[in-house]
Amino acid sequence: MLLNDDQRMLADLAARLFTDKADPDTVRAIRDGRIDSGYDQTLWQAMGEAGLTGILVPEAHGGMDFGLVGAGLVAREAGRRLAMTPYVSSAVLAATALGAADDDDLRARWLPGIADASAIATLACDEGRHHRPHDLATRAEAGGDDGWHLQGEKTLVNDAAQADLLLVSAHDGDGPRLFAVEAGAAGLTIESTQLLDSRSCARITLEHTPAQPLGAGRPALDASLRAGRAVLAAELVGIAREVFARTLGYLHERRQFGRAIGSFQALQHRAAHLSVEIEMAEALAFRALEACDRDEPGADALVPAAKAKAAAVARLTAAEGVQMHGGMGMTDEFDIGLFMKRARAAGHALGDYRYCTDAFARARGY
Amino acid sequence: MAELEAWRMDVRDWLAANCPDAMREPVRSADDHVWGGRRWVFASEAQRLWLERMAAKGWTAPEWPVEYGGAGLSPEAHAVLREEMARIGARTPVSNFGFWMLGPALLKFGSEAQKRRHLPAIARGEIRWCQGYSEPGAGSDLASLQTRAEAHDDDFVVNGRKIWTSYADRADCMFCLVRTDPDARKQAGISFLLLDMESEGVSTRPIQLISGESPFCETFFDDVSVPRENLVGELNQGWTIAKYLLTHERENIGGEPPGLLKGRDLGTMALAAIGADAEGRIDAPSLRHDIAGLEIDAMAFRALVDDVRARAEAGQGVGARSAMLKYYGTELNKRRYDLMMDVMGAEALEWEGERTHGGQYAREWLRSKGNSIEGGTSEIMLDIVAAHVLELPRG
Repeated sequence: MLLNDDQRMLADLAARLFTDKADPDTVRAIRDGRIDSGYDQTLWQAMGEAGLTGILVPEAHGGMDFGLVGAGLVAREAGRRLAMTPYVSSAVLAATALGAADDDDLRARWLPGIADASAIATLACDEGRHHRPHDLATRAEAGGDDGWHLQGEKTLVNDAAQADLLLVSAHDGDGPRLFAVEAGAAGLTIESTQLLDSRSCARITLEHTPAQPLGAGRPALDASLRAGRAVLAAELVGIAREVFARTLGYLHERRQFGRAIGSFQALQHRAAHLSVEIEMAEALAFRALEACDRDEPGADALVPAAKAKAAAVARLTAAEGVQMHGGMGMTDEFDIGLFMKRARAAGHALGDYRYCTDAFARARGY
Repeated sequence: MAELEAWRMDVRDWLAANCPDAMREPVRSADDHVWGGRRWVFASEAQRLWLERMAAKGWTAPEWPVEYGGAGLSPEAHAVLREEMARIGARTPVSNFGFWMLGPALLKFGSEAQKRRHLPAIARGEIRWCQGYSEPGAGSDLASLQTRAEAHDDDFVVNGRKIWTSYADRADCMFCLVRTDPDARKQAGISFLLLDMESEGVSTRPIQLISGESPFCETFFDDVSVPRENLVGELNQGWTIAKYLLTHERENIGGEPPGLLKGRDLGTMALAAIGADAEGRIDAPSLRHDIAGLEIDAMAFRALVDDVRARAEAGQGVGARSAMLKYYGTELNKRRYDLMMDVMGAEALEWEGERTHGGQYAREWLRSKGNSIEGGTSEIMLDIVAAHVLELPRG
């Protein structure tokens, strides 16, 4: 898509901010314990000051209400610099769920904090090894005056240890829907760990944990997942773009047999193929984001298509990037491996290539 | 915007009143494609009428200026016309190399006299053109072509041999690349000539392909005299035109596939051919997954083509990026036909008979293998992307 003036300004702002304030080396600092907060707080505050954490929050609640194309432009830049923040969890997944929740109290309570980065929220929607968001073992029980309580376990809850608010999916007897659970709630246990991309993640257990239902039921969950997948597609495109740029630089610079390895046709054709794949993944990701913003009926097929394509392309680009960097690509000193790890985790999140391909087929009626 | 919507209503009304019902039927076989030309025999009165009416509007070449037989439409107005034609399933009234190749070349490089003489005849479907580029010894290395044209005072005398000339045996005229300066560096001595296939000394021989069809010929020139006025552009500057046309040709790739797959998606085809499971899904999970994977790639390709078009309309050049589209679009099409064969199974193996319209599945599948060879191989496209988009050093 061609960006309009506002979108171009936002893209420039995001590019400047992440170039100045985000550094792939932060991944190592968090991994090795030199930063112990689990995320890049300085960057997160800078994103808050620039309004990027409120990109999907309505203006009435202190946000920019910029739409998903804008959220994707930010995610693409975040992907390029491996920004270690709870952006997708809080500013995209939680902000979208709360926005769709039809509950003024919850919105007024949480959205302003999400918008200015003073609060972090996340989504807990996975249970087993694989993403099956509508097939839930976690139960919600209505207890009369006592309110609702949740019982169950969740896996792959990103940024849970840092979160002030968890939006947890549970079966309420009729079907899946979201519940708000505050940090420190009774019966909530968070077993925090790091993933291969050094991001903070947790398994959580809910034992008769008090929770507040989000209005709108399953549509709020589905809106959140759709926005998250579309934005992750843009982040994966950013990762692929950066890996490809670095690999292209290496093809120019690295000399063997008396010439630049980029002059070898065996590598040229693979690089040329990658460049086409990346352009397609990017075009599809922004087409999908645009379709969501316009609420087009085709968005339900476009979003899983975009996520599947971006995940596959980022994986291929990272694998080719490591191979073309030769032995250096296998070292921790080079950043390529960091991108490969993030591509793996982001590719898996909210439905991997296989899940999204199948979801696309369903949306197309076969 | 309002202007375009008014235009859309006009187009819709005109098409409703003027497009014969038979011309709204899906294209079933090669006979349904109107190539035009001096020797053209219409398969039906509806074909003839449809061409006549569309040509009278200038809508056979909608973006060409009115004085050259077109309608002078803007790209946006043309897009509306295309959409409205697609909406009712209207067939293309006529097409041949004159429309998509020679026309654009003459508009850019031709003299006023050449434009006035050739373009209206193409637009009316009166002259069928073919393209004479490749030679037995000059395929991917096109600039090494050897067909000679000796310049005399009032004509050129052409000797040599072309190959892969599409329908040379049925075309009226050919635009071709010939060597006019054998001593110059290879790209520098080439000129762009127009010649009449009825000229003395021209002969053709069809080449039978693996699909059983013969869309291509070998063409032989034995002392063929071509008038000087048939030189397009400057003498020895033909390579510029050839490069322009090759780029233009690649930019046009990315449309809907023709034939059996036109307007049909493989998912629907597979549901009908294989049947549905209890959930109403294609009852063959691995095929379903492959089809979805292909359709996702097709969707991504379509999104890229739309972006490239939008950038071109906004005045940002396409240039070497057209090689990206040519490469991926043709590879995608081959994958699509491979999957179609998987979907149709044994039926797709039939080579003759009514049920398959004479083995149309098998023949179209085999024909698709040429997509990534004709108009520049996939490997040449990747070379172009590596050199001109990625700017990698020459090997």
